[in-house]
Amino acid sequence: MTGRAPSRAGTEAPAVLAAARVAHRDIRAIRGPLLVVGGVEGVGWDEAVEVATSAGPRHGLVLDLDEDRATVQVFEGTEGLAPGAVDVRFAGRPLHLEVGTGWLGRVCNGRGAPLDGGPPVTGARSAPVAGWPLNPVDREPPHEPVVTGVSAIDALTTLVRGQKLPIFSVAGLPHLRLATQIAAQATSAGEQFRVVFAALGLTHADIAYVRDRLEGRTATGELVLFLNAADDPAIERILTPRLALTVAEHLAFEEGADVLVVVSDMTNYAEAVREVSAARREIPARRGYPGYLYSDLASLYERCGRVRGRAGSVTVVPVLTMPAGDVTHPVPDLTGYITEGQIVLSPEIDARGVYPPVDTLGSLSRLMRHGAGPGRTREDHLDVAAQVLAALAHARQSAALAELVGASALGETDRSYLAYREAVERDLLDQRDDEARTLDDTLDRAWRALATLPRHELTMVSPEQVARRLPSGEEDDHG
Amino acid sequence: MDGVSAAAPAVSRAGRMVRVSGPLLEAEGVPDVRMGEILRVGSDALSAEVVAVEGTRATMQAYEYTGGVRVGDPAVRTGEPLSGLFGPGLLGRAFDGLMRPLTDAPLWLSPARAETGRDGDATRWRFVPAVAPGTEVGEGAMLGTVPGAGAVEHRVVVPVGVSGVVGWIADEGEVDAEARVAEVGGRAVHLSERWPMRRPRPFAARLSDPAPLHTGQRVLDLLFPVARGGAAAVTGGFGTGKTMLLQQVAKWCDADVIVYVGCGERGNEMADVLEDFARLVDARTGGRLIDRTVVVANTSNMPMMARELSIYTGIGIAEFYRDMGHDAVVIADSTSRWAEALREFANRRGDLPAEEGFPANLASELAAFYERAGRVTTLGGHDASVTVIGAVSPPGGDLSEPVTTITQRFVRAMWTLDRDLAYARHYPAVHWAGSFARDADGLARWQTVQGDAEWAARRATALEILAEADRLASLAEVIGVNSLPGRERMVALGGRLLREAVLAQNALSPNDATCSDAKGAALLDLVLAVVEACHAAIDRGVTATAIERVDFGPVIRAAQDVGPEDADAIAAIRARMLATLGALT
Ligand SMILES: Nc1ncnc2c1ncn2[C@@H]1O[C@H](COP(=O)(O)OP(=O)(O)OP(=O)(O)O)[C@@H](O)[C@H]1O
Ligand SMILES: [Mg+2]
Repeated sequence: MTGRAPSRAGTEAPAVLAAARVAHRDIRAIRGPLLVVGGVEGVGWDEAVEVATSAGPRHGLVLDLDEDRATVQVFEGTEGLAPGAVDVRFAGRPLHLEVGTGWLGRVCNGRGAPLDGGPPVTGARSAPVAGWPLNPVDREPPHEPVVTGVSAIDALTTLVRGQKLPIFSVAGLPHLRLATQIAAQATSAGEQFRVVFAALGLTHADIAYVRDRLEGRTATGELVLFLNAADDPAIERILTPRLALTVAEHLAFEEGADVLVVVSDMTNYAEAVREVSAARREIPARRGYPGYLYSDLASLYERCGRVRGRAGSVTVVPVLTMPAGDVTHPVPDLTGYITEGQIVLSPEIDARGVYPPVDTLGSLSRLMRHGAGPGRTREDHLDVAAQVLAALAHARQSAALAELVGASALGETDRSYLAYREAVERDLLDQRDDEARTLDDTLDRAWRALATLPRHELTMVSPEQVARRLPSGEEDDHG
Repeated sequence: MDGVSAAAPAVSRAGRMVRVSGPLLEAEGVPDVRMGEILRVGSDALSAEVVAVEGTRATMQAYEYTGGVRVGDPAVRTGEPLSGLFGPGLLGRAFDGLMRPLTDAPLWLSPARAETGRDGDATRWRFVPAVAPGTEVGEGAMLGTVPGAGAVEHRVVVPVGVSGVVGWIADEGEVDAEARVAEVGGRAVHLSERWPMRRPRPFAARLSDPAPLHTGQRVLDLLFPVARGGAAAVTGGFGTGKTMLLQQVAKWCDADVIVYVGCGERGNEMADVLEDFARLVDARTGGRLIDRTVVVANTSNMPMMARELSIYTGIGIAEFYRDMGHDAVVIADSTSRWAEALREFANRRGDLPAEEGFPANLASELAAFYERAGRVTTLGGHDASVTVIGAVSPPGGDLSEPVTTITQRFVRAMWTLDRDLAYARHYPAVHWAGSFARDADGLARWQTVQGDAEWAARRATALEILAEADRLASLAEVIGVNSLPGRERMVALGGRLLREAVLAQNALSPNDATCSDAKGAALLDLVLAVVEACHAAIDRGVTATAIERVDFGPVIRAAQDVGPEDADAIAAIRARMLATLGALT
């Protein structure tokens, strides 16, 4: 259950290597990903641990101290460990990671060890991977956009620098394609833009796809890849996003870059947390997930943001698949309670052949009103987005009515809404997965879709905007 | 740290740590340890509160990150419960759950900052005495004021348990935050007072006749009002608008002091509150709203047990201002995160769980929390209040979960946010069917006394139309709206007008962010009159389709088009609409 023994740990020094001290050999118990070490003295809670085995070192954290016993969570799992054949050393401090610009352009495994044939990544400073809470009074409210080049997002659910905006999806939908596309083409006007991509429990085929699609940005030294594959240790998934965020925080708040962290798939992360909780025999809250899952996820997502008086930002786009498409499942539910909106992918829209299949009405960027509009994107942005959404809501009702009474029995207005919805899906939402649209192009497309509606239906945009932006001559038909 | 006198670490007062599991700590050999007392643990002297005692073994909850705490580390008694420093310097500032000022704290909140506190605060305050030596004063009586400590009058009152003759009082002048400013009945009174955070401050009597807290949010003020000193909760799944509604109430309600507690929620939201409130011109004072606001921020990534404490910190601060004679409102977003902290700790202790892993005392803890709301006569004889408004974040939006159901029992008003309304961007998404206001009758009497005898009737009619429209909507789904008889279609139309013209209120609209009682009443009157005119037209034989074709835009836009106080402009719209409808044949 803890995955195969890490074959590539070898002798290479993973980036999370702890400066280890006295060796302990008194292993009292091994249970799931946990190791209970006896005869321990002077070890602090949350200390980093190195477990030396004949096949190379593994890494862990102290979860519990009780008299002379320390319970240690082993990131690489305990598979193959035998009491008596391991040396446990405590590092005297929490797990740290060396940070720096050396990470850029690198491809690493889920523990930060290189997979690209290069030397281990080092940095001049090291930082605790759990991070410290950012003082809320030092936060700068986010208010500048990230342009993803994806119309559905840029137009209707604008991503804002310093925001956490998850993608809620269902198994089988192209969420990884979308996440990779965002990682490949997102920018922030003219600033230093960097991407940290963390894969959690992805298949090798998916990993190959991600590496391939992100090769360009890796080569230019704008991107870091942390890759935990489906057959890598499951518990390592608890570590990987923390490494990604630690690297990102440094690049953002020390180096002044706008950093986008993309993590896929957070459902695999939550399962790893559940596995540790079960091994600790904790009382679960809902569906076997521990009661602290909310706080645990928050300790990751709250690491994004902006800092008053400093350049740089950390923006997080986590991807998660909703088990059975159920948004009330604890993983999407608790995520929704932490993040600032959500981008929802829909099987129905996917079935209509639209990519990305964003459910525009179910999606919301809560920070959009701060990061879009006059002085941020374009002066008509917020109004045109509100109009597109309101009209889509109307179109949904028209579609429901059409199902009831038949499209032919619809009034003229309702029919125009059905045509409008098609225009939105075809001209605005649908795009190629390697197509990076400018914001102007995206917003002009929104206006073109609105042009299929009767003028008097456009109540959320001003007459001046209509005069300036709405394509004239409805005869300019799109089929 | 605030409130804990740094007791000398005498050997006899220290025990030895034997267990560390996140916030759960156990120490052995602590002599005479008391429940609720604070121990200082480890080399960073972290504060931990004793929650169970067995012989000389103490179980504690740590208020800070316990990384690095070792078995064998000392656990030193302080002999005191956790208390905060209550005095000038609260308004306009932000504190963590332990009431340590965040404004002076470093960028990254590592435990190394444990010792920074207001004790080192060098701010000087101007004290102005209000009584002369020789005056006989009782508990809660005003001794003086501190001008400049925020936008409401800061009054220094005689502390609880102190009374007698003023033997000495400081002259007007500048003093330190903790300076002695008077002597009453032989006891020193300081400018700031230490008070245990969890202990309710006493008052003389509860007042029972309700008066409303005006919130500026129509759906609340017209349908589900909360009384001054009442307790209310807002519940709904993620993204349904709890935080926005609470912030709207905080910005626009007619209380004197706002205590905004961010309990286990987002850092960006706290930054938003701080920025917004600093920018917002306060209609009541003409100054900045932040100057009569205290922010307590214990975000979701800050230590869990400090989150648990933060709502008591907030209530304690509110009671402190209440005892000066002010009306205070505590906003707690979200009480579910507080309940989760209770659960997390109880589980680690191995307590037998009740529902969904929550401890069995959840109900009594929640009851005690909401009971601290109240309109009272203070010890000093003022009519003052603490209103408590909490958010509840039900997992999966499931309103049958324990925190929601228990909260429903103890609050006077419940505002239930509906996912479908939020999905349709109808904000605030307060659903008329799932919400209640237990004080509505009492508040109707108050409205009558104030000259609005129609308040209760208007509310009842509106609720009736909304319920009837809902019933018809489900019927229409089956048979199609056009198959409904004319009268029914008018009810459906009435429901839509009520929802869109009265209940929906965009927090971002310059004209409509807040709404006066007069404008709210005029809007509701407008819609009810229009609905009546529609029915009259049907009775005259006008077809439903002809009525539905009328442009109701002016009604729907009235709230946005008309200023927050402008009831007359709405009367004008009403006259025009009634003329149009009256002319239909
Ligand atoms: N009164 C309102 N006016 C305009 N927009 C609103 C209003 N209420 C809610 N919204 C919209 O809904 C979004 C979510 O609202 P809010 O943050 O208050 O939800 P919440 O219930 O507190 O969610 P969570 O439980 O996740 O904290 C807002 O960002 C805003 O876009
Ligand atoms: Mg909220």
